[in-house]
Amino acid sequence: MTQAPRRTALDATHRALGATMTDFAGWDMPLRYGSERDEHVAVRTRAGLFDLSHMGEITVTGPRAADLLDFALVGNIGGVAVGRARYTMICDAEGGILDDLIVYRLAETAYMVVANAANAQVVLDALTERADGFDAEVRDDRDAYALLAVQGPESPGILKSVTDADLDSLKYYAGLPGTVAGVDALIARTGYTGEDGFELFVRPADAPALWEALTAAGKDAGLVPCGLSCRDTLRLEAGMPLYGHELTTDTTPFDAGLGRVVKFEKTTNGGDFVGRAALEAARDRAAANPPRKLVGLIAEGRRIPRAGYPVVGPDGAVIGEVTSGAPSPTLGKPVAMAYVDAAHAAPGTAGVAVDIRGTHEPYEVVALPFYKRQK
Amino acid sequence: MNNPQQLRYSKEHEWLSAAEEGVSTIGITEHAANALGDVVFVQLPEVGATVTAGETCGELESTKSVSDLYSPVDGEVTEINEDVVTDPSLVNTAPFEGGWLFKVKVSGEPDDLLSADEYTAFTG
Repeated sequence: MTQAPRRTALDATHRALGATMTDFAGWDMPLRYGSERDEHVAVRTRAGLFDLSHMGEITVTGPRAADLLDFALVGNIGGVAVGRARYTMICDAEGGILDDLIVYRLAETAYMVVANAANAQVVLDALTERADGFDAEVRDDRDAYALLAVQGPESPGILKSVTDADLDSLKYYAGLPGTVAGVDALIARTGYTGEDGFELFVRPADAPALWEALTAAGKDAGLVPCGLSCRDTLRLEAGMPLYGHELTTDTTPFDAGLGRVVKFEKTTNGGDFVGRAALEAARDRAAANPPRKLVGLIAEGRRIPRAGYPVVGPDGAVIGEVTSGAPSPTLGKPVAMAYVDAAHAAPGTAGVAVDIRGTHEPYEVVALPFYKRQK
Repeated sequence: MNNPQQLRYSKEHEWLSAAEEGVSTIGITEHAANALGDVVFVQLPEVGATVTAGETCGELESTKSVSDLYSPVDGEVTEINEDVVTDPSLVNTAPFEGGWLFKVKVSGEPDDLLSADEYTAFTG
């Protein structure tokens, strides 16, 4: 049975702007409005406005909400201060990644978990199941929120012109309730672009008016609407993993080079959390006998590496696989993230190439990220 | 979408100029360029190569995808557009002009090439 794709509260806005739409995780989302390259450059140099309403919000409340999340997720969620956010993951019992998440602590006993659109149901089901025995409620709030993001160096100025919220004291990975252009919002200083920026969780009915207000506020600063295509190249340059590409159920956080998100020192629940034993083994394996490592690759030529293309060594043997690849507007060259055998993973390793439809194109192994903003 | 009247079109979204001394210029349409998104790499056939109508003779890569380039006619490649190799964005900015791809000394053509109006209807 095929289901019609879901549309966000901003669907009419996107169509009026002439967006090229695409199916993404069951949602009809804007891919680009004009040139994805121009949108990418706008976010790096000025500001971009995104509709991210496909992301999945799950609210966890109750006296033992923190204990539940400490048990269900790999992070130390009870240690997150009210008003702050944490990047974390939810793993299965074998340590495989079910999703990567951002968890906002809204109040002492209230959290919002933001899951990727494609995994929102999986995360909701897992949290609901893992809540058994905890005095906590897991609520599906996917339909309660639209999500707009303003990203780029001009974004603080743009947002300040339409809110009284104290943005200067809002740190990276923090969120506070406030009013933006007359609309109630959770204002979070988070994003997925490698730039300073804000994510605004609002009621869907308020989203079109907020979009218009932000568009007007950002006009002089060069803000442009941005689609998912440039979001992908922005996050790739910033070395940020994407679920389904760098992260899968066959990958543990240690395999992905993100072992730091796993907090074994938790004291809640007797230190137990889902996946603990498997993740301890994955940690030891990664330290002693690392499997493939996630690296950056920069092309010497101009052909684009795509997810799934083999990475080959000097003798032509396959030594890895591309997980994400795209032309980097900032570097002016194609770049990729790839899992590569540890022996070939050191930056500067010679003789590494990507098999692009039968041709071995030379690539330089580099440390991630490709791009880091100047602060 | 404006499809120049003096050109003919294939269902694979190439355009073909009227032959001058047997040589036609070939490119992809604005419709195809828009569908691809920003073109970042083109691989064109070599000068002297024989191309066959409907068969692959190169590649067009955009940020999101790679597409085969087909020839709309049979013939021998007489020239390729080096400007578009250097600056593939010409395919997006001027698909019917500076973004042309290659020239062919035409030896045969299929009977299903479209007029501008027919192509406009086809892509409508």
